Amino acid sequence: MNAVVALDTLIRDRRVWRGQPAALPSGAQPTGIAALDAALPARGWPEASLTEILLPADGVGELEVVLSTLSRLTRSGQRVVVVAPPYVVYAPAWQAAGVDLAWLSVVDARDGDIAWAMEQCLRSGSCAAVLGWPVRIDDRTLRRLQVAADTGRALGFVFRDRAALANPSPAALRLEVGPGVLDVHKCRGGNPPAPIAFARS
Amino acid sequence: MLWACVWLPSLALDAALRSREPPDGPFALVTGSAQQRRLVAVDARARAAGLAPGQRLAEAEAVCRNLQTVEYDPHYMQESLALTAAWAYRYSSEVRIDPPRAVVLEVERSFGLFGPWPRIETRLRGDLAALGFRHRIALAPTPRAARILANMQDGAAVASPEDLPQVLGSIPVARAGLPPDAAAALAGMGMRTLGSLFALPRAALQRRFGSELAEALDLLLGRRPDALAAYRPPDRFDARIDFGCEVKHHQGLLFPLRRMLGDLAAYLAARDGGVQRFVIRFDHVDAPPTDIPIGLLAPEREAAALFEVAKLRLEQTTLPAPVLELGVHADALPPFVPESADLLDARAANALPWPQLVERLRARLGEDAVYGLRVDPDPRPECAWVRDGDSGKIESPSLPRRPTWLLPHPIPLRGPTPRILAGPERLETGWWDGGDVRRDYYVLELATGQRAWAFSTPGECGPFMLHGWFA
Repeated sequence: MNAVVALDTLIRDRRVWRGQPAALPSGAQPTGIAALDAALPARGWPEASLTEILLPADGVGELEVVLSTLSRLTRSGQRVVVVAPPYVVYAPAWQAAGVDLAWLSVVDARDGDIAWAMEQCLRSGSCAAVLGWPVRIDDRTLRRLQVAADTGRALGFVFRDRAALANPSPAALRLEVGPGVLDVHKCRGGNPPAPIAFARS
Repeated sequence: MLWACVWLPSLALDAALRSREPPDGPFALVTGSAQQRRLVAVDARARAAGLAPGQRLAEAEAVCRNLQTVEYDPHYMQESLALTAAWAYRYSSEVRIDPPRAVVLEVERSFGLFGPWPRIETRLRGDLAALGFRHRIALAPTPRAARILANMQDGAAVASPEDLPQVLGSIPVARAGLPPDAAAALAGMGMRTLGSLFALPRAALQRRFGSELAEALDLLLGRRPDALAAYRPPDRFDARIDFGCEVKHHQGLLFPLRRMLGDLAAYLAARDGGVQRFVIRFDHVDAPPTDIPIGLLAPEREAAALFEVAKLRLEQTTLPAPVLELGVHADALPPFVPESADLLDARAANALPWPQLVERLRARLGEDAVYGLRVDPDPRPECAWVRDGDSGKIESPSLPRRPTWLLPHPIPLRGPTPRILAGPERLETGWWDGGDVRRDYYVLELATGQRAWAFSTPGECGPFMLHGWFA
C-alpha cells in the first residue's frame, strides 16, 4: 500500500457511494442557474466535455442557459468561440448580458466545415468554450468533438433540434430546453434528475 | 578575422535532389542538345552502376536501365548558392559568395553570440543537413585559405595566421586555386607543393610570373585583404522549382512545397524578419498559371506554420491542369515580433495559440471567416453592431431589452396572435443617412413558447415583422 488516497478525494470524485446524500462542493464550471447546478452531478457543466442542448425551436431560452457561463469566462480573460450561429450574434444584447466582447469570436463556416472548425477550436486549448450549430452531425462526429473537448480542456456546446433525442449521443450532458423547463436526458456521473422549472428573465 | 568556408561539393545534384521525393534508383543530371545529351552529375548509386559525368546519355541508359534523369539548370544552382548565403547571414554579418560552389563567412566576431568554433561548426553542419546540402567546412584566417582547406580536408581549422604557411605548405600547387598558366609552369619546374613556393623570394617570383601570382599568394596568406563583394540579402524572396515533368496530384506538390517554405523560413530567420503575404504560383503546360495568395494576420516565420496554412489552402484549390513549375514569391518581409508567452501559463503542451488557430481557420474557411464583434452607438437595431474593428469598449446606452439573436432581414411573423410581454418601444431615427426607421417594437411570446422581438407600423399593434429572438 504505497499510495494513500484521502477519503475526501474519493467522496468528492463520486467514486464512493454513500447512503445519505451529502452536500457537494460547487463545481468548477457552474451554469449560473442554481436549480440546474444543484441537479447536475458535476454541480455545473461537465468539465472538458461536450454538452448537447436540444431545443424545439429557436428563441426558447437556449442562450440564456449558457450566457452566464460565457459572461464568467470572457470576464476572466478566456476566449469563447461561436461557430456558425443561426442568426446574427447581436452584440448589444450579449454585452448587456455581461459578455466581454473582446474575448468573443465568431467563426463563419459552411455546412461541411462546422464540425471541423468546432473540433479545431476545442482541441487547440486556447478556447475556454466553443458553441456550435451544426446542420447535420452524426454520432461519430460528436464523439470526435467530445475527444477534442477533453484534449483541449474546453467546454463544448452543440445546439441541435430536439428530434435528435431519438438517437443516442456520446455527449457528457444532454439538456433539453423547452418553454419554461429544463430536462436533463443524460448526465455523466449520475442518473438524470427530474425536469427543472426554468423561469426566463 | 577568422573565415569559415562552406564548400558544397555536389551542389548541382543536391539542388536538384532536395526539391524532389528521394529517387528510388540511380539519378543523374543531363544537359546538351537533343542529339548530344551528356551526364553532368551522378549520384552514388549511379556511380556504383558505372556511370560518370561526361558520359553520353544513350550509353548511360544502355548501362543502367532504371536511370532517372533531370535537366541540369545552372540558374538553379546559383539560386541554391544564394540561399546558402542567405542562410549563412544568420551566423555572420560578413558573408561572401565564392562561385561556383562555396560560401565564406567571417565567424570570429560571432563567437561571443554562438560560442567557440566547434559549437558553431556543429550548428552549421546541422543546418546544412536539414537544408539538404552535402558540405565540407574549414576554418582559416583568410577566405582563400579556408576555401582551399575545405576542398582538401573537411573539418580543418587553423586559428592563427602564423600557422597558416605551415598548414598550407603540404597542399599541391595544382589544387591551390592559383592562376592556371602559372600553376602549369610551376608544375613543369618541379614545384609540387605550396611550401616550396613560399620558400622562394617574392621579388623573383614576381619577376618571373608577373604580379598575378604574387597577389594570389598575398591573398592566400592574408598579406592583403580579399576583395570579394560582401553578400547583402535581398528584400524579397523568390524561389521556383521546375519539375521537368507534369505533376498531376496534390500529394506530389507537398514535398517540394514543404522544402520551399523551409527555405523561406531559413531565409527569414537569417534576416530576423517574418512574412505576412506571399504567393504560391503553379505554372501549367497550356493554361494560365494558378496563383494562391496567402495572407496571414501577423508576420510568421516558422516553417511548420507556413506549410500548414499553405497546405490547407492548396487542398481547397482545384488546379486546372498538371503542374510544371512551382514558385513561392514574397515581396514584403516585415519585421518579426515573436509572441510573448507566459512563463507561468498552465496550458497543455500541445496547445495551439489563438493567433495560429485563427490562421488555420482562415486558411480553410476564408479570409473573413473569423471575426470579433463590437457595439455601435447607432440607435437603429441593425446598425448597433459592427464586425471586428478595434475592440475599444463602448458602453451601450441603457436601452430596453434587446434580443440575443437578430435576423439579418426582418420577416413577417405568422401564426396565432402572440401575447405581448413588453412594448411598444418607438424607434423613429436614422434621418441623417436616408435609412429612416419608424417602428414600434414589441416583445412577444408565441404559442410555441418562443420569445420574439417584432415590430409593427407605429400606432398599430400588428401585423408584426419578426426581427429577433430572445434565445
